[in-house]
Amino acid sequence: MNFEPNEKGYWGEFGGRFVPETLVSALEELTQAYFSFRDDAGFRGEYEALLREFSGRPTPLFYARRLSEELGGAKIYLKREDLNHTGAHKINNCIGQILLAQRMGKRRIIAETGAGQHGVATATVCALFGMECVVYMGSEDMRRQELNVFRMRLLGAEVRAVNTGSRTLKDAINEALRDWVTNVRTTHYLLGSVLGPHPYPLMVRDFQSVIGREAKRQILEKEARLPDYLIACVGGGSNAMGLFYEFLKDEKVKMIGVEAGGKGNQLGEHASRFMNGGRIGILQGTKSYVLQDERGQIATTHSVSAGLDYASIGPEHAFLHDVKRVEYVSVTDSEALHAFSFLSKVEGIIPALESAHAVAYAMKIAPKLTRDQIIVVNLSGRGDKDIATYREFSGI
Amino acid sequence: MTESRIERAFNLLRGSGQKGFIPFITAGDPNLESTLELLLMLAEEGATVIELGIPFSDPMADGVVIQRASDRALRNFFHLEDVFRIVSNFRRRAETPLIFFSYLNPIFQYGFERFCKEAKLSGADGILITDLIPEESDDFISVARKSGLDVIFLAAPTSSDERLKMIAKRSSGFIYAVSRTGVTGMSKNLSQEVKDLVLRIKKLSSLPVAVGFGVSNREQIEDIWQFADAAVVGSAIVKRIEDIGSDSRLVEGVRDFVRGLLRNKR
Repeated sequence: MNFEPNEKGYWGEFGGRFVPETLVSALEELTQAYFSFRDDAGFRGEYEALLREFSGRPTPLFYARRLSEELGGAKIYLKREDLNHTGAHKINNCIGQILLAQRMGKRRIIAETGAGQHGVATATVCALFGMECVVYMGSEDMRRQELNVFRMRLLGAEVRAVNTGSRTLKDAINEALRDWVTNVRTTHYLLGSVLGPHPYPLMVRDFQSVIGREAKRQILEKEARLPDYLIACVGGGSNAMGLFYEFLKDEKVKMIGVEAGGKGNQLGEHASRFMNGGRIGILQGTKSYVLQDERGQIATTHSVSAGLDYASIGPEHAFLHDVKRVEYVSVTDSEALHAFSFLSKVEGIIPALESAHAVAYAMKIAPKLTRDQIIVVNLSGRGDKDIATYREFSGI
Repeated sequence: MTESRIERAFNLLRGSGQKGFIPFITAGDPNLESTLELLLMLAEEGATVIELGIPFSDPMADGVVIQRASDRALRNFFHLEDVFRIVSNFRRRAETPLIFFSYLNPIFQYGFERFCKEAKLSGADGILITDLIPEESDDFISVARKSGLDVIFLAAPTSSDERLKMIAKRSSGFIYAVSRTGVTGMSKNLSQEVKDLVLRIKKLSSLPVAVGFGVSNREQIEDIWQFADAAVVGSAIVKRIEDIGSDSRLVEGVRDFVRGLLRNKR
């Protein structure tokens, strides 16, 4: 099967470029820059050096012995993206895009952020390269992720509160797009997930695919075979695509994307695009599955984790769902919160609430598997930012 | 082929040496009944074409004024069928061309064929979809053409001549030139780059060119009339609707504002 998009950025019927005309020239410029540099030795060398020396890659593939033993089934490995500089996988993509922005001569960077991890990573690379940085963030997310707001400001970024809609990630993207339409000639939009108009879903996936390349090499070193399952949480879906991509053609490797099941099955209570209320639609530049009402108005979403709280999903995931290469499941807020504390206690690793969704699903299936089976869970970020949320929900 | 209502309107203007005025309002703001009255008033005041915005939850190309209008309209929870009913009522009483201004998703969910058929049946003349660029429009255009709807595309100051050619080729009715890089909204000064854009379009197409985004006063309209065929006024009118709100003086208040915009002869 072919897993590459066509030249217009479509995987099957998903993807494309649905934007106001004003942005098209910038998207064409970005596409051209990306394709001319992605195989350029100088560009790759600089990208890889920064991943190594600035972000600390490769990240370990850690055998979670106590977790595996507690669950009494499959061997669970954690891909430790939380050990990246800034504490999540987001920096992989930011390093790639800031190098492109520099080559395109753009000195001003804008970004959206949900949980704040992408905002922090963007602010970090902007500090590193001495660029102006403006991050849009929903005011509800600013409340939930106060620590990351301070981190971004400390790094010299301007954080602009977005008070429209549900005041979360979707609204931050709208505001970033409005800024970009206005300042398109001088500004690069450093989009943080496998979302938006072509070439972003493809480019962000490529910059994140280092996760899967490392994981494959590491598991072959440790186990001399490929894993049986890969599990990753899916908001927009960049950490999941980053892990999955390298394994797509390894047919025996099963892949599971974990969406936010929130607090119920009704529209508005969750962020599971493949569940009740998710239909094919167009949002923020791309065609994919979208949570919406019968009129095509975008639904509000809910998740305890700000990074998964989004009404659409990357178009490549929509394709992988429809061709059944990846299975998508959901995990509720309370299951994720339980996994958050469980992993902290049995492994000494506090996961991001986003990543805790992937851990929670691994905890569900591991006991049903045998001891010689292997699960790799993408631990996409660390959970320091989520302590306040956990306290709010659990009352510790 | 018979002349479309939009073509006829622009031909009449040309024949009399006049320039056009294209007002925009959001359907359902502040409510659907007022929308019908406002449409009829705009026709009476001599609008060349009227743009009727279909509200959307995530209007990424709009500034705050039209965002708020969309929010107000969406709180009135209505369906596209209700908008078509208003347009049918309008069409029974006025001949002014009317086009829909929408984001793609509500139309995609309604179904392209069903939308175009019912839009045409209601008496609408065309549609502009903000987030639909020519490259992505094949499916939609063929359906719209079959129904007899004009499809209007945006042209931007950042569009290359190559893109303008594609836009011109796919457009019918008129071409909508965006006055500046930015979202909809009022501005004090008209950008200089818009004149250059209109002249570039005129070299490539014989279609009428309307200029919009940031046009909010009489001086700007007259400026645009020097080099383009029509001026679009959106946010400034919508702001007036917002300021007056659901009130018996709404239609007359907006009428006064529109008359102020058009005080000088075109």
